[in-house]
Amino acid sequence: MTPLYRKRLIVNRFNLVMSLATMGFGMTFLLWILWVLFANGFAALSPTLFTQMTPAPGSAGGLANAIYGSVTIVLVATFISTPIGILAGIYLAEYGKDHWVARVTRFINDILLSAPSIVIGLFVYTIYVAQVGHFSGWAGSCALALIAIPVVVRTTEDMLYLVPASLREAAVALGAPMWKVILKVTLRAVRSGVITGVLLAVARMSGETAPLLFTALNNQFWSANMNAPMANLPVVIFQFAMSPFEDWKSLAWAAALLITLTVLLINIVARTLFRQTAAGR
Amino acid sequence: MNFDSVAARTETAAPGLPPMAPKMSIRKLDFFYGNFQGLKDINMDVAQRHVTAFIGPSGCGKSTLLRTLNRMYSLYPGQRAVGEILLDGENILAPGVDINMLRAKVGMVFQKPTPFPMSIYDNIAFGVSLYEQMSQRQMDERVEWALTKAAMWNEAKDKLKQSGMALSGGQQQRLCIARAVAVKPEVLLLDEPTSALDPISTAKIEELITELKEDYTIAIVTHNMQQAARVSDFTAYMYLGELIEFGATDELFLKPKRKETEDYITGRFG
Repeated sequence: MTPLYRKRLIVNRFNLVMSLATMGFGMTFLLWILWVLFANGFAALSPTLFTQMTPAPGSAGGLANAIYGSVTIVLVATFISTPIGILAGIYLAEYGKDHWVARVTRFINDILLSAPSIVIGLFVYTIYVAQVGHFSGWAGSCALALIAIPVVVRTTEDMLYLVPASLREAAVALGAPMWKVILKVTLRAVRSGVITGVLLAVARMSGETAPLLFTALNNQFWSANMNAPMANLPVVIFQFAMSPFEDWKSLAWAAALLITLTVLLINIVARTLFRQTAAGR
Repeated sequence: MNFDSVAARTETAAPGLPPMAPKMSIRKLDFFYGNFQGLKDINMDVAQRHVTAFIGPSGCGKSTLLRTLNRMYSLYPGQRAVGEILLDGENILAPGVDINMLRAKVGMVFQKPTPFPMSIYDNIAFGVSLYEQMSQRQMDERVEWALTKAAMWNEAKDKLKQSGMALSGGQQQRLCIARAVAVKPEVLLLDEPTSALDPISTAKIEELITELKEDYTIAIVTHNMQQAARVSDFTAYMYLGELIEFGATDELFLKPKRKETEDYITGRFG
């Protein structure tokens, strides 16, 4: 064994150990979080979570209104953000390209992508909530949509870049106008990738607390009125976990576990879909 | 003028052939990628219902020339063509030309098979439905006709609803030819259509080219000189963006007039 070869072996071993150690470090905290969540939340899971309203301190209750509120607010936000995000992504990838408008849009989108969500909450509070004078589910959806749009724009744009130029050229070569090429060929080729982006945006939205605190606020009772304050899981967690009451705390754990499991599920679906896109090409 | 000399050469090079009606005439064509000049003063004719081959080493401009014939380059800002390309006497480089209509008339098949992410049937119906209104039955007939033309019908007739992407490479390429033929173009541009295929698929496609020239004007770019010799009636040898020699294929391969052409086809260069 030459000294050079021995040295390489040692360096290789060292690098392997270091990267394994850092991976272990990261995984420890992730598993720790999941463990704490399950240990505290699992006991609190029960069917009444889905049937009863958030209770007053000291009495039994569930999360039905918060679950309904969260699902509704996130769904509405998804319906607002998906078309805007996909259309903007198409503009950037297919029409704008290196035009200065596209470059500015891309830059601003990147800023929005990493904007603190509390800023977005404050923004919607100022231009909507403060103007109409009351918190509402609509305001919550608007704030969440603002968080989701940059995610959808970015993934749609990135996905469209994955379409080989030859596929686009092949459709153009048949005499197809640009919009038909995009709609029927390029967008279709990356359909599941774009859906993945939307799902990841949904996952991101379902855990956001700060924007909802300023917009949808909370509601202790059942309310399906989007124009009134609306209960939702993140704000319930925020409120209940900070309280001194044991039953509120345990409901907060249950809500946290519920959100985590949902996000996990959405991520698994998104990844499976994405794998199919990658394999389809 | 350079063109006159090329034309004269064509005539003298093909004394046995009747004078060809040109489908496309290229006149004083220059092409630019930004500041780089990819084609220099190209003058030649593409004869109607014949196969014209473009050969030359990589980067010689043969694909670039092909891509000017349906203005594929217009997709990319910074690429521009100067000069004239006449299709049945009309200059397709003129401003105001409907590029989509032009491409419906001048179809193209690419180096890599490019099936659309849809069924075999829809792959073919996509282009047809762009410019023709037809009933379901007429469309069925057109799909069968196109697949038959591309020697694909027997293989594909039982799986028309299956994804075009599930076919083998050779089948995909014949599907792409069927797709191009289905819109009934007048000219068919083939950009190295067999370079990604195995010898058997290549042979099938070469047979196909010979059959298709009964109805279509064909221009083919190929790296394979044997292929050019087998399928084409006229051959253009290009080098560094210039048309070095253009003439009847037999003449060009057997008795090249220019030293550069001879060096290339005998393998001393390129």
